[in-house]
Amino acid sequence: MTTVTPYRSTARDAHDGFGQLLHAEWTKFRTVRGWVIGMILAVLVTGGLGVLIGKSTVPSCSVQNSSGQQGPVQHGAACGQPGYPLGPGGEPVRDEFYFVRQPLAGNGSITVRVTSLTGRLLGAGPGSAPPVVVPWSKAGIIIKDGTRQGSRYAAMMVTGGNGVRMQWNYTGDTAGLPGTVSAARPRWLRLSRDGGTITGYDSADGTHWARVGTVALAGLPSTVQAGLFVTSPQQAAYSSSFGSGTVNNNSTEATAVFDRVSRTGRWPASAWTGDDVGAGGPTAGSAAGPGSSRYHQVAGRFTVTGSGDIAPLIAGALNDGPAITVRDYLLGTFAGLIAVAVVAAMFMTAEYRRGLIRTTLAASPHRGRVLAAKAIVIGSAALVAGLAAAAAAVFLATDVAHGNGSSVFPEPWPTELRIIAGTAALIAVAAVFTLAIATMVRRSAAAILIVIVTIVIPFVLSAPPGIPAGLTEWLLRITPAAAFALQQPAPQYYQVQASYIPSSGFFPLAPWTGFAVLCGWTALALVLAAYLLRRRDA
Amino acid sequence: MTAPAAGLTVVEPGHARSGKETLHAEWTKLRTVASTGWLLLGGAALTIGVSAAVDAAVTCPSSGCRADPAKLSLTGVQAGQAIVVIIAVLAVSNEYSTGMIRITLTAMPRRLALLAAKATLITGLVVAASAVAVLACVLAGRLILPGHGFTTAHGYPLLSLGHGPDLRAACGSVLYLALIALFSLGVATAVRETAVAIGLVLGLLYVFPVVTSAISNQHWQRQLEQIGPMTAGLYIQATANLRSLPLTPWQGLGVLALWATGALSSGALVFRFRDA
Repeated sequence: MTTVTPYRSTARDAHDGFGQLLHAEWTKFRTVRGWVIGMILAVLVTGGLGVLIGKSTVPSCSVQNSSGQQGPVQHGAACGQPGYPLGPGGEPVRDEFYFVRQPLAGNGSITVRVTSLTGRLLGAGPGSAPPVVVPWSKAGIIIKDGTRQGSRYAAMMVTGGNGVRMQWNYTGDTAGLPGTVSAARPRWLRLSRDGGTITGYDSADGTHWARVGTVALAGLPSTVQAGLFVTSPQQAAYSSSFGSGTVNNNSTEATAVFDRVSRTGRWPASAWTGDDVGAGGPTAGSAAGPGSSRYHQVAGRFTVTGSGDIAPLIAGALNDGPAITVRDYLLGTFAGLIAVAVVAAMFMTAEYRRGLIRTTLAASPHRGRVLAAKAIVIGSAALVAGLAAAAAAVFLATDVAHGNGSSVFPEPWPTELRIIAGTAALIAVAAVFTLAIATMVRRSAAAILIVIVTIVIPFVLSAPPGIPAGLTEWLLRITPAAAFALQQPAPQYYQVQASYIPSSGFFPLAPWTGFAVLCGWTALALVLAAYLLRRRDA
Repeated sequence: MTAPAAGLTVVEPGHARSGKETLHAEWTKLRTVASTGWLLLGGAALTIGVSAAVDAAVTCPSSGCRADPAKLSLTGVQAGQAIVVIIAVLAVSNEYSTGMIRITLTAMPRRLALLAAKATLITGLVVAASAVAVLACVLAGRLILPGHGFTTAHGYPLLSLGHGPDLRAACGSVLYLALIALFSLGVATAVRETAVAIGLVLGLLYVFPVVTSAISNQHWQRQLEQIGPMTAGLYIQATANLRSLPLTPWQGLGVLALWATGALSSGALVFRFRDA
């Protein structure tokens, strides 16, 4: 009898560890040329559309003549960049008001009684100007780091329709006593400074005081400007019911009457100075000409008139303000997302179509781990593509728009970082979502259909104006498309009236909440996919 | 020649070369795939659902509004077209993903006639389903919109197919969906892969309205709008402010027809000269 030696391969034993599995899936991804091209296409499409949008911006100084055509276009420095003042947090702000001020050295306080707040529309003839008090016309006392626009401040004020408020550093806002002010129902306001903190109080009678808020203003110098202020924002008349976002602003001015001014602390100047802060400045464009703001002082009674606003600037809310935001450059994200979704769907459905799934599962019988490895590979590839796409769109488009002489709504860098990283995260998680759906349905047509209907169509319906905002807001709350909130360029401010609708870039959910909605759907889809993959025959 | 051996029946050779036979064969394929019916039903439901939701979400205040009620009540077409794209793409790409294309071309070697048969059938199906959906949209608009301020007092008569512009918007929407189907069929014939074709067509359709919404330069905006297959094609739904459109409604639909012709002819060219 002869003994037969069984054949032994000289190749090393393979393992089905997770590392090997990842490596196998990565090899599958990288060696299919079409998939790699698809990912590159996603970057090119998103970046290219960003550049197109940047390229087509209107130079901020070109005027639109009556026929709606663009007027003569000037470029570069001749055009002059309108510098919007930036607030302490780096956000663009409006800072225009009439300021009756004195320097205050060191700690001290100022107390005042407001007996009247009236207003009127500007632009109409003086005789016919109808009396209008806009809800956010403001009159009160302010402690401010000088008269430079955008400097830090804290203020106590009465408003046209929102009661007494304490506001600070443009974005901060706290409510005090409700109701409107009149001679019969005056409002007493007090601000007191103690080092770096400022405390605001209000009272209806001058004896019973309530603290409204205490704020810390970091870096406030020892000598500040303090006094009375009045301002009144534009009355926005937009047809928001159709989401057209057409803004037709009318400037307004407000007049307030103050008396019983009392001060403690050291006030080195002997007299009050009237200052029209921001008059003629870049954001004062449509305010009335010089002389519209003024003050009279008769025996301790001050009558002050002002126009403008002390508040964060909202993109597109001003007739002459910057309307283009970083988010607009990223409108092509959805097209890149379609390309990534096509690749992610095929990454799974190709296994079934070619019968490769049997080999895959024979080599690695732990089906859940196969799904995890696929999810990690496609998620990482999509993350890299998304990051490249978002960065290309934002940086190239900003560059092109600047070359165009256009002013773009400036963002604080953390917001810009959130928008870029968030776009990449949105694309990555959407890719994993698509993979999970494709695992469940096994057919690329069905998988793409589900992703298009749940992510792309809600976004597409919400991006251009025309569809009622109520419907698109509802879609952007419950569908995975909620994650587009990551691209929201600025928060909504209660104290600024604007058209806060999805087509203007304001989403119904906070950025990371919207992202959590997508993550929730993805987790659900992954669990179902893992369950079905284990229970069904391949 | 010898007589056929006993036990073998003589089968008359097929006549699949005639156009009618090709149509019949393609119809059998479409009819017997369950997904066709579901997709047509789903597409109609999506169109009607989105339109009705839009009708219910708008309000026209007494101060007046600049809305176009016909366009509003046909908004669902923008969503429903996604399903039309998928139906048309699948009619071609399924042949490739299953390998059926080899049998099909063996039986019907005249490739252009085959493509023409597919195009005819898909167009017919889409026209039938979208006619139902569009009628339902108009009916929904007629029932819902007057309750939201679109009354004769505000200058909005009831939507009615007896009214010329409304009839144009309704019939135009059906034609629009038919042209979208032909466009998708052309693209799918050229690229063959289901997912790629769907992504390509939907990307091309949706990119124009989204991008033009962000463009502040009116010249560029109008230029892009009038070349986009979806933006130009949907001009057919406009019944108000026609002067403000860069093209007339029928010219707009013509732009989409050009896109469809381009896609179909390049698809046909590739199909004719490429190995299956």
